[in-house]
Amino acid sequence: MFQHDRLSNEITLFQKIKNLDYILLISVILLSVLSIFVMYSTDGGEVLFHTKNHFVKLAVFFPLMIFVAFFNIKFWHNFSYIIYFIIILLLIYVSFFGIKSSGSQRWMDLYLFVLQPSELMKIAIIMCLAKYFHRIKIENVNSFTSITIVLSIIIIPIIFVISQPDLGTSILIALSGLIILWLGGMKIKYFIYSFITFLISLPFIISFLKPYQKLRILTFLDPDRDPLGAGYQIIQSKIAIGSGGLNGKGFLKGTQSYLDFLPEKHTDFIFTLFSEEFGFIGSVGLLILYSIIIFRIVRIGAISRSNFARLFCFGYAFAIFIYIVVNLSMVLGLLPIVGSPLPIMSYGGSSMLATMIGFGIVLSAKINHKQMIA
Amino acid sequence: MIKSNSGIRKTDVINRRMFIIGAAKIVVFVGIVARLFSLQINENKKYLTLSDKNRIREWKLPPTRGNIVDYFGNVIAGNLKVYQLHIIPEQVENFNYLLVRLKNLLNLSEKRIAKINKLKVELKPWDSIIVSENLSWSQFVKINNYLYDLVGVKPVMTISRNYPFNDVYTHVLGYVSQPNEQEILENEIIQERFVPGMKIGKLGLEKRLENHLIGTNAIQRYEVNAYGKRINQLEHQKGEQGSKIRLTVDTEIQKACGKLLNEKAGSISVMDIYTGDIIAMYSSPSYNPNLFLFGISQDEWQLIRNNPLKPLINKTLSGLYSPGSTIKPIVALSALENKVIDTKFKVKCTGKMELYGQTFHCWKEKGHGWVSLKNAMKQSCDTYFYEVARLLGVDRLNITAEKFGLGKKVLGDYFDNEKKGLFPNTKWKKNNLGKGWVLGETLITGIGQGYIQSTPLQLCMMTAQIANGGFAVKPKIIVDSNPISYEDAKQSMESGLLFDTDSEELLDKKLFKNQRNIKIIQEAMFASTNERFGTSYKSRIDDPKYQFAGKTGTAQVKRISKRERELDLELEQIPYKDRDHALYVAYGPYVNPRYALSIIVEHGGSGSKAAAPIAKELFKLIIDRHDLRNKQSNFERITV
Repeated sequence: MFQHDRLSNEITLFQKIKNLDYILLISVILLSVLSIFVMYSTDGGEVLFHTKNHFVKLAVFFPLMIFVAFFNIKFWHNFSYIIYFIIILLLIYVSFFGIKSSGSQRWMDLYLFVLQPSELMKIAIIMCLAKYFHRIKIENVNSFTSITIVLSIIIIPIIFVISQPDLGTSILIALSGLIILWLGGMKIKYFIYSFITFLISLPFIISFLKPYQKLRILTFLDPDRDPLGAGYQIIQSKIAIGSGGLNGKGFLKGTQSYLDFLPEKHTDFIFTLFSEEFGFIGSVGLLILYSIIIFRIVRIGAISRSNFARLFCFGYAFAIFIYIVVNLSMVLGLLPIVGSPLPIMSYGGSSMLATMIGFGIVLSAKINHKQMIA
Repeated sequence: MIKSNSGIRKTDVINRRMFIIGAAKIVVFVGIVARLFSLQINENKKYLTLSDKNRIREWKLPPTRGNIVDYFGNVIAGNLKVYQLHIIPEQVENFNYLLVRLKNLLNLSEKRIAKINKLKVELKPWDSIIVSENLSWSQFVKINNYLYDLVGVKPVMTISRNYPFNDVYTHVLGYVSQPNEQEILENEIIQERFVPGMKIGKLGLEKRLENHLIGTNAIQRYEVNAYGKRINQLEHQKGEQGSKIRLTVDTEIQKACGKLLNEKAGSISVMDIYTGDIIAMYSSPSYNPNLFLFGISQDEWQLIRNNPLKPLINKTLSGLYSPGSTIKPIVALSALENKVIDTKFKVKCTGKMELYGQTFHCWKEKGHGWVSLKNAMKQSCDTYFYEVARLLGVDRLNITAEKFGLGKKVLGDYFDNEKKGLFPNTKWKKNNLGKGWVLGETLITGIGQGYIQSTPLQLCMMTAQIANGGFAVKPKIIVDSNPISYEDAKQSMESGLLFDTDSEELLDKKLFKNQRNIKIIQEAMFASTNERFGTSYKSRIDDPKYQFAGKTGTAQVKRISKRERELDLELEQIPYKDRDHALYVAYGPYVNPRYALSIIVEHGGSGSKAAAPIAKELFKLIIDRHDLRNKQSNFERITV
């Protein structure tokens, strides 16, 4: 047993490459290639700004993912708290010195690249909580102290993100955190009680929302109340998706998109364009691709020896799942509009950076799945 | 060991809880797929329609109006290519500079410039602003020469109504212009086909036949983006030009009428006595309908409106005149038909007639002596007709007159400005004026004065019905789908029955009891023109080919005072407004007649001097064109 441990600590580069999860890797590559084509379509069938930048980002972040994967999972375990705190510091920095754009202050200029720390927090919170639940004794999970600690870990970044304001990312961070609490063994009744409390206090919460956020909820409930204003995005998105039909209108032939009826087609509504051009078959195909990725991540978690890796993989798989669900539900008119990108597909550097780092850690867990962490 | 136990337990918890989540994930993904299915498969049609509605926009273009042609196929209301100048604001680099350039090139007024600036603000940047609706060729060339310097300017060729004969047909055709709101709302077809810049009939046949002439819109389908900007043209659906309409009129004769009435106020109508075809219908003075196409200028409009000869009134249909002596053939006919007189009946004319202390003057102060019907007609003796009218009575006269078309609209519904006129009787006076009829009124009705009022076209029809042997004609100005040749019309008329194409039944067209009486009137009218001492003898044509028969009329516009009668002033000495209207009705050729006409010259003086000479000129032309017209009768059948 000890021998085994020692061996895995001395994995060679060749073994690392051999131990990569190729199904996951190929799926991510496929998704990346697809995203470039879709981005090319949003640019109106030309290689313009978005296509180029998206390609460059993929070209940088994909090797970064491999780079992350080559660090031992133990390394990521050890640095989890530090990474979490660094990103909290970045969030604080952004709330004072961040770049403002269309009414919110989320970004920091890194000269080559504009970073949105809240996106990185989506990964950091999973790492941090995974480490916490890895280290805590199962008996203490439901103790007052540990609940206070984990809730603080979740609430602190959310306070910063929600004040940017960025409701979408806050929700995603909260959900990513809560899933680890769930997996870590927190009592089911706590979840049920909090859910009931949430429902009861919902009207109260709504009264605290900003006017535009209230409008989004009203619009979600009845998009036709203002078809040219608040309801425009969702109506146009549904038209685009619905008119795609079984086979879609064809690559570069999405009229809703190239005639500018689709808002935000590069980012949050990228699926709308994809679905208009590739139809039901294409959309289901994309969902299957995502499902494969999620399934592979869950599998890697399941074979991991350490609970840190296991919790991280399960948590991250759920996070990816939630990103997809929130994004698709939004463009399909099943949820109110909250800004949330579709992993890899949407244009946006920070989101892709976070996603790739996440995949990198998952791959690291795969390479080192026999690694025990004390 | 405990620790390891705890680790295993923890792993179990994690795995178990992961399993629950995994199941939940599958449910949610299935839900999303179901939603996709519902949108993309179930409701695909609905969303496809919505998507097309988003991206496809139709632009209707103004329809092309149908042509109106004369009997010989000459276009009298057609369409012309016009050159327009449009500005597309989004393509303009420097709007103010462009306006200054255009102002210099086209001599645009400050008002126009202000209007363009206003439009620029109101319209979308890709909507074109019409700078000039109708550029002259030289302006168009000029613009094209400087086009390199006029970025954002687009010379456009489009189609506009055009009346090639200018003022010749104004009162028949009317004109077209931009519709007002009322007119759009009233007519469903216009409402449906309306596009800015479209013009509709405002008057005359253009208005009456709007629904036939209007044509259908050409439709251009464009793909547009979310901002409404046209991206590319998908298809162009051609519109159909409105129906072509052929009229019975002869442009040469119509033009001649215009020339003959030049600078006079009056009207000429010419009719085929068998078919009822209106060959000419001219009201003078006229005005140029082309002026209204692009908006008439205030100056030009005032000039037309304030002209004392009243060009805006269609005198042929809306002008009401006392028929004067032109009524005498009807008075005589009525008396013959009612056997009040016969050809041997004579009256002694002393120049006046006394009745209940009132004096009724004959136009000839010295009197005509003993006159028979023929002489009375020939010399237009008023005394004879006073006496005949007295014997006949106004009610019997009214019956004959109405039979011959007086007091009724001639063209029915075709012109909404046509007037009915009036032929009085005792009942009418009682009902409308509340007073009893006075015998003196019968006398003056007998010479076409008093209450009696008729339109020039009524007099023409009356004459036509005498000329054709006393049969009813149905006047028409549009050649119908199944034109009847004049021989057929004549034959069926003389058989006494006429097939009415509208009601599709055989109608009794005989207007007389005894056709011999019609012949007597015809002979008397012949004498009036072709025998010595006839009132229109000077205007006769001896050549039997052109020889015509007619009756002059001089209608007083005011009562002649005793002093004026004694003065017996020359025409030039009387103020224009007080001068008599000159009238003449005639038909020809006398042997085998074909055409009837009526001429009215307002304030022209006596019928023999002012009106009859016009008939002489006209008959030559009308009869010369007779063969041409015959050949043409079957040239084209057009459905209206």
